[in-house]
Amino acid sequence: MVALTRRRRPITIIVLLLLALVACATMATALGAVSVSFSDVLKIFWNKASPFNFSTTWPHGSETIILQLRLPRVIGAALVGAGLATAGVLFQGLLRNPMADPYIIGTSAGAALGATIAMLLPLSMAFLGFGMVPVLAFAGALATVFLVYYLARVGSKTPVVSMLLAGFVVSAMLTALMFLVITMSDKLYDKFHSVYSFLMGGISVAGWGQVAVIGPIVVVGILLARLWAFRLNAFALGEEGAAHVGVDVEQSKTVFLALGSVLTAAAVSIGGLIGFVGLVVPHALRLVLGPDHRLLVPCSAIAGGAFLVIADMLARTVHPPREIPVGILTALIGAPVFIYLLRRHGKEYAL
Amino acid sequence: MNTTAIEMNQVTFSYSNGAVLRNVDLCVQKGEMVGLIGPNGAGKTTLIRLISGILGTRQGDIQLDGMDTRGLKRRAIAREVAVVPQQFDVPSGYKVEEVVMLGRTPFMKPWRDFSGRDRDVVLDTMNAVGIGRLAARCFTELSGGERQKVVLAMALAQETGLLLLDEPTAHLDISHQVEILELLTDINRRKGLTILAAMHDLNLASAYFQRLVLLKGGAVVADGSPQRVLTTAMIGSAYSIPVHIQPHPLTGVPQVLVLPPGDGHN
Repeated sequence: MVALTRRRRPITIIVLLLLALVACATMATALGAVSVSFSDVLKIFWNKASPFNFSTTWPHGSETIILQLRLPRVIGAALVGAGLATAGVLFQGLLRNPMADPYIIGTSAGAALGATIAMLLPLSMAFLGFGMVPVLAFAGALATVFLVYYLARVGSKTPVVSMLLAGFVVSAMLTALMFLVITMSDKLYDKFHSVYSFLMGGISVAGWGQVAVIGPIVVVGILLARLWAFRLNAFALGEEGAAHVGVDVEQSKTVFLALGSVLTAAAVSIGGLIGFVGLVVPHALRLVLGPDHRLLVPCSAIAGGAFLVIADMLARTVHPPREIPVGILTALIGAPVFIYLLRRHGKEYAL
Repeated sequence: MNTTAIEMNQVTFSYSNGAVLRNVDLCVQKGEMVGLIGPNGAGKTTLIRLISGILGTRQGDIQLDGMDTRGLKRRAIAREVAVVPQQFDVPSGYKVEEVVMLGRTPFMKPWRDFSGRDRDVVLDTMNAVGIGRLAARCFTELSGGERQKVVLAMALAQETGLLLLDEPTAHLDISHQVEILELLTDINRRKGLTILAAMHDLNLASAYFQRLVLLKGGAVVADGSPQRVLTTAMIGSAYSIPVHIQPHPLTGVPQVLVLPPGDGHN
């Protein structure tokens, strides 16, 4: 008689990761062009959150900087990271492909084209407190996913291979269209910097408005992903195998694709195109925690959030006053980590 | 109480390029162990996929335990019938016990962890097929014979009354073929599990199954004991080669010997 391996306590891991996220976020809030001490940041938080107040020993402007500028941006970064990492888990699990990332089915190209078109519109247009860039990026990302999904459909099924192919082709076409628009428009030619910073990724959050819209989308998305994670586990058996153990494959696939796409689109709308978070974070956690998505989904969300909070902090502080596009940092940190994992666990990738 | 595990009435199924099954009638009683034989392309796999509800559109009725499969959700079907497919693989990184655990998916509740009972069932099935000691091993590192036992344990963990197997002994050496078939026979006898298995090896099918169903060109052409189905005329015409049938010298079950055509012996 052999006992089942004792699993690590999921709740312990999640709590530890949450503490790490809070620590990263506090540090990221303290650091910036105007330096505020770590203890002052904690006191400002405390004063805001509780009836008992510390006496104010910091310059008055610090409180505004912390609460109105940095905190929404840090939380925005955490939401972007969490959304991208969760979408990464969903796509990797669904497609049984450890190399799948949130952009694999055309989201990024759609978002980029949407953002480019938005930059052609008059500046005054706005929607729910957002400029047109995030709104059209969101719309472009979603529309592309539905187009790819529709194109890939064969009868009543959506084979994974035809989805990857359709995603690749549609992406290539939309990217070409985007560069065509940029080249032909005088207006965009002058605004090349905005286009560039969207494509390279960068958290653009001004105040709490955007966080209030994106926050619920990302949090609900993560909770739904966790709720259905046991079905995602069954996809390890392939589509027919998942059906054998009682999963309605086509319905689940639609749900997971929609969920992953909405999460990606939400992240893209305030973060631009940030690569590697959705690829590296779930991948690394899978190697450490094992393949159970009921644990991988929440852990990837939290770790992805922490990763992007740190990356965004570095983006703001490494070379002031200029901001480095955060997508460059995630690639510079993520790629070596990925290469390390590939070398170290190489045999697990061999078939 | 219903005593019929599978009842198929006039089932016809075609892929887009033509009919694969024609007017199939098949009735399997609970507790039976039935071998499905026939040449490649005869429709064995299609029949299994129809019974397990993977293929939906068709003409005719298929009932599992008295229930029409078309009205059932996947989750409900997965509690009635488990499948050991011809090909099985999982991504790297899965431990044996994690694969077997997937057999409990039809019983999962979204926010709950696996129950104590789920864990007991998984342990029991792993021990029953003799892979308890492999529990913590990586699935992708196992040999073909060990893998097949893991897949079998996963299917058994579904605790269904009916088990479908698509060539469970393909690609295994003779000792593992016998081991798998002994396991199936034992589970069939002890637990009354109904088994329908597509078989390539006619002699093993003859030795282990009391009832054989011979498919040819998508139709059932013979159904009965090995003595009735494995005849020179039946097998010769179904597989389009000359064969010689003789009783096994020790057990007496019919054994099929191939006569190489044009060898001057016939």
